[in-house]
Amino acid sequence: MTDISAARPIDAASAPSSGQRVRTTTQVYIYVSLILVAAIVVVPLVSTALGGFKTLGDLRGNPFGLPTEWQWANYTDIILSKRYWLQMSNSLIIALLTVFLTLAFGAMAAFCFAHIRFFGSSYLLNYFLIGLMFPAATAILPLYIRIRDLGLIDTYWGVVLPQVAFGLGMSIMLFRNYFRNLPTELFDAAFVDGCGYMRFFWHVTLPLSRPIIATVGIIAFVSSWNNYIVPLIMLNSESRYPWPLGIMIYRGEFSTEWQLVLAFITLTILPTIIAFFLAQKHIIAGLTAGAVKS
Amino acid sequence: MSINTATSASLPAVTHRRRRSLAHSKWPVLILFLPPALLLFTVLVILPMGEAAWYSFFNWNGYGSPTQWIGLRNYQLIFRNGAFTQALINNGLIVLVSVLVQIPLALWLATMISSRIKGALFFRLIFFLPYVLADVAAGMIWRFVYDGDFGLVGGIAHFFGADPPFWLADRDVAMYAILGVVVWKYFGFHMMLFIAGLQAIDKSVLEAADIDGATGFQKFRLVTLPLLGSTVRLSVFFGVVGSLQLFDMIMPLTGGGPSNSTQTLVTFLYNFGVTRMQIGFGSAVGVVLFVICVTLAFTYKRVFMRND
Repeated sequence: MTDISAARPIDAASAPSSGQRVRTTTQVYIYVSLILVAAIVVVPLVSTALGGFKTLGDLRGNPFGLPTEWQWANYTDIILSKRYWLQMSNSLIIALLTVFLTLAFGAMAAFCFAHIRFFGSSYLLNYFLIGLMFPAATAILPLYIRIRDLGLIDTYWGVVLPQVAFGLGMSIMLFRNYFRNLPTELFDAAFVDGCGYMRFFWHVTLPLSRPIIATVGIIAFVSSWNNYIVPLIMLNSESRYPWPLGIMIYRGEFSTEWQLVLAFITLTILPTIIAFFLAQKHIIAGLTAGAVKS
Repeated sequence: MSINTATSASLPAVTHRRRRSLAHSKWPVLILFLPPALLLFTVLVILPMGEAAWYSFFNWNGYGSPTQWIGLRNYQLIFRNGAFTQALINNGLIVLVSVLVQIPLALWLATMISSRIKGALFFRLIFFLPYVLADVAAGMIWRFVYDGDFGLVGGIAHFFGADPPFWLADRDVAMYAILGVVVWKYFGFHMMLFIAGLQAIDKSVLEAADIDGATGFQKFRLVTLPLLGSTVRLSVFFGVVGSLQLFDMIMPLTGGGPSNSTQTLVTFLYNFGVTRMQIGFGSAVGVVLFVICVTLAFTYKRVFMRND
């Protein structure tokens, strides 16, 4: 692994300080290009949201435009349905458990690698970093057998534990790199005062580590919230399905009624979009941290 | 952070002595802090990978214990399977599109956004938005877009008076349609990498080029691009890794069809190993995927990212 201390998080919120003065013709060219690309990004999203307000007949003749008659019932029926809230809360429970365990186990292990010299520590660290090299899909069948033998099929834990296990490599790496860059004087001062490793971890390291906790937490949350293959393999009953599975089931049931499917898609991705615009600075920095820092 | 690292580097001797004098107290923390991660990681990541290698020698449907040893037969079956070859080709296509389309696009947008213009922040957010959405949701949305009867592509065709196209149902076109969604979903991520890379470039180098009378394009080709080398290599690396994992997006779009024309390695594993409960066969596919991932990661880091 390369040294990462120099890598800065990607800052999306502050205006770019770089760049040269731009002539008007270039500026026109730049804006036209950017708006064109932005349209390609946004039009599918907006027409999905608008499509949810249409009737099927309206959708057939007019997929781009505003609905001729706004069918609010498409949306309200879903919002008032139990299945929407059930799958959202399933996703949330699984994601929160995943985040908590990834943070706890990752930070604890990384603390050992960052601050304690013990026999074989570098081998053990590399052992964890093997996990960065292959996706969960490679071992998904033996993983299924293992989870089945543990009696965790069709439970939240059957999804949470594999997700945490496959997230550990990244979280240990990010935590360890951060912990190592904390000032050593703190460590020395604490030890002179008779503070042990555990109290140091709890009272000094963790309070100073908010940025990296946020980063690892965001990576774990987003990857759990969006995960499809692990719950697909591990869960059987629809009452425990997180939203990516729920959306597929819904499409299977209402495959002939695109307008309902579109309303359903819109409502399921709405929390993501709202969260993204509220916390864009943290989310962009978090999701690109794993890439920039590895 | 730079100040911190500087001071910590100047005090290694002191720290060593203190740490050694307190060495007796390090065992409780090791015994308490390491096992949770170690146990979970070993049981759910390393052991399953080893078991995949073991199961791949059996014909086994997952019930009881594996008894029917068939040696390398599963691997023979994989490499003789036309859908697997198609999956390999498709994964290669995704890498190709990532390198030839996605990265130039991301670089182009990054240079434009990094020039001093109003609204740069807004465009960055919009371009990054698809990356935040789940692959499944993106696949669903584009299934609608590509729909010949109700979707946007159908609407455009209707406007021009053409027959409604059904790209996802056409085995010659479906994969290219999916490649479009891959670019749509991931270019924003690569663009962010390039924006970070551009921010790290020393402005004085560009100013020097300005004074020497370099044009905008010359500056880009001769100064910016060489300095972005490590970012390009990183970006290609993520394109390759991402391609090997592509699954979630394919399932809502085509599920690997029509007639296996859009299989990737992971959809092949799912369609032929998981849904048919062929644990041995599926494990063998997993092993092949693992070997590809590890070989690529090692050689790429060794060959291209040596100095980064």
